[in-house]
Amino acid sequence: MSGAHAGAQAPFKDRATAALADKTLKIAIDRTTGNAERKRAAAVAAFPEFEAARARGKAIKDHVIAHLDHYLEQFERNATASGAKVHWAVDDAGARAIVTRICLEAKAKLVTRSKSMLGEEIGLPHALADAGIERVETDLAEHIIQLAGEKPSHIVWPAMHRTREQVAELFKTGHRPPPAAEDPATMVQSARRELRTKFLSADIGISGANFLVADTGATCTVTNEGNAELTTTPPRIHIVTAGIEKIVPSTVHAFALLRLLVRSATGGELTQYTTFHCGPKRPGDADGPEEMHIVLVDNGRTRMLADEFREMLRCIRCGACMNHCVVYRQIGGHAYGGTYPGPMGSVLTPVLDGLAGSRDLPNACTMNGRCAEVCPVGIPLPTLLRAWRIRSWREKLEPGALRVGISLWAMLAKRPALYRLASRTGVRAIRMFGKAGWISRLPLAGGWTAHRDMPRPKGRTFMEQYRAEQAKKGGRP
Amino acid sequence: MSGQPNPRVGLFVTCLVDAIRPGIGFSALQLLEEAGCRVEVPEAQTCCGQPALNSGDEKDAAALARQTIAAFEGFDYVVLPSGSCAGTIVHGYPELLANDPVWAPRARTLAAKTHEITGFLVDMMGFRPKGRRLAATATYHDSCAGLRELGIAAQPRALLADVEGLEMRGLEGNDVCCGFGGTFCVKYSDISNAIVTEKAEAIERTGADILLAGDLGCLMNMAGKLHRRGAKTRCFHTIEVLAGRADGPAIGEEG
Repeated sequence: MSGAHAGAQAPFKDRATAALADKTLKIAIDRTTGNAERKRAAAVAAFPEFEAARARGKAIKDHVIAHLDHYLEQFERNATASGAKVHWAVDDAGARAIVTRICLEAKAKLVTRSKSMLGEEIGLPHALADAGIERVETDLAEHIIQLAGEKPSHIVWPAMHRTREQVAELFKTGHRPPPAAEDPATMVQSARRELRTKFLSADIGISGANFLVADTGATCTVTNEGNAELTTTPPRIHIVTAGIEKIVPSTVHAFALLRLLVRSATGGELTQYTTFHCGPKRPGDADGPEEMHIVLVDNGRTRMLADEFREMLRCIRCGACMNHCVVYRQIGGHAYGGTYPGPMGSVLTPVLDGLAGSRDLPNACTMNGRCAEVCPVGIPLPTLLRAWRIRSWREKLEPGALRVGISLWAMLAKRPALYRLASRTGVRAIRMFGKAGWISRLPLAGGWTAHRDMPRPKGRTFMEQYRAEQAKKGGRP
Repeated sequence: MSGQPNPRVGLFVTCLVDAIRPGIGFSALQLLEEAGCRVEVPEAQTCCGQPALNSGDEKDAAALARQTIAAFEGFDYVVLPSGSCAGTIVHGYPELLANDPVWAPRARTLAAKTHEITGFLVDMMGFRPKGRRLAATATYHDSCAGLRELGIAAQPRALLADVEGLEMRGLEGNDVCCGFGGTFCVKYSDISNAIVTEKAEAIERTGADILLAGDLGCLMNMAGKLHRRGAKTRCFHTIEVLAGRADGPAIGEEG
């Protein structure tokens, strides 16, 4: 469905196995997520009102989700009044078509883009390439991704799967002239030099939006590099692509959510740059684009509004859930295969790409609840992942062996007397496969014994022993 | 604290304890009786249904929920030696049966009186173990469901602090999942292995003689990995130590 990642992929398990074998990847993941976890914890500890702020953030999002039509129409009116042109896209293909048409009508040769996961979601990078338009990614991490010909592996740090040693290699071949040294400061200077000429010669700048402010018609971007400002100000045309769930009633509400977003994402109190873009250049303005287009993208969101995934529309894309996910921290973002990785991605990818091709994602989760614990807008991620499992079971997408196994087991568990008999027999049978307390190989349990031993059952079940004791006491049978 | 000094408690031993390590069930029975409870073990118990629930098989999960509710709703309290299974009754059943006009209120009533055992002993019975001794060093892993669904963290530590001679050592990442996740550990065996390997390394770094936790599933995962790695760490359920049963065989030891 989504053009963002069309083309055949290896199955999830193969992607995960390959990621697990990549030792450099693990080093990169541990560095970034470990840092993120420590900094978030410190930021939350230094913000005693965090719980109250989270409750408020959740309430703000729930309110706008319940009145999405009202606020979107208000936004359209105010954005239009500010001189911007508002476009509505039902799906990814529609959004791509709108952006490409604006670029082609403007005869754009060079487009700069500041990081936007929505842009990835709708497959914008490919669409621009297909239209013969040169695209320059201006976020440092996106620049790395573009040089490597990859997709983001994290929604906040798209290049977090690459160590700085690997980035040094990329810059050596990708920058002209190559950086003089491999320390981060020299490499950043080199990227600045590469990007600076592009910033100033671009015909169009494309950004996302962290918030759409209904009562002003402004769009808000937050960055730490200032690249969004350089992307959106010098070019003749500024295009914003944003999901419709980014709407907030007013600037005050945007700031209430910013307090949560930045702390949860990077552990900072505020990003270096927080900019509200309100309409194109007005008479007397020193700078700014001549045209501003805002493309509001649905792409499955109104469908979520009506089903059990509605709460996912609260997501403000901070990445805390993936930073704290034991699975993400082992396999990284690319193994998930969708635009969005980690717990939030495992809820969203089936919405965007269909459940049939992504049923592994909601299943590849231990349901430990840490993601929900750190979510700044209280999304019950494990509950939503379980909802996908229920759909997958209902739609008969779960593997046959699992369905048969669970059904047989449930058939017994629903009949206590039969279950007693089966468990008594079962533990004795399993005992035969082990010696000295442990079982190292067990038929049908290879998934367990491939990596760990299994403690040998004691031989008599609790219920057997308990019943015998009760009988001895002359109590109940 | 409970209103009644001698409440009638239904003990749900859980399917894993029933089959793999009955000693945990007997430890629960003993501790509850020491705390003054009148304990019964209903015959109609099998499994709380979590494997079905987490596999998406809501029909079988709901059938097992109804069976468990019917078996246990007559008691003052339901107590389980597992945060995970207790969490399923407390949160899972009311969600699962929310649209069933007959069973939804019964699910909520049962949820309100269902407890994980260390939480029940401390919060409801004000119980403290007396005269327990164990000369050993131990570390404690917070099993996820107990910790996040039921708030079990201080209670087991408070109880263990009263065991004479037991020196507790901190575990790095004590609140990070061990990679068990029920059927997850066999369905995504390689990912689970990577997670439990890190957990085993952290446990080994503590140098503790004993690993304690409140859920047999997690314990089997960690004990099985530690044994495969050749580590000497012995693994017990928290309540086995509290019941004075840690002088017997640990998980995976015969005797």
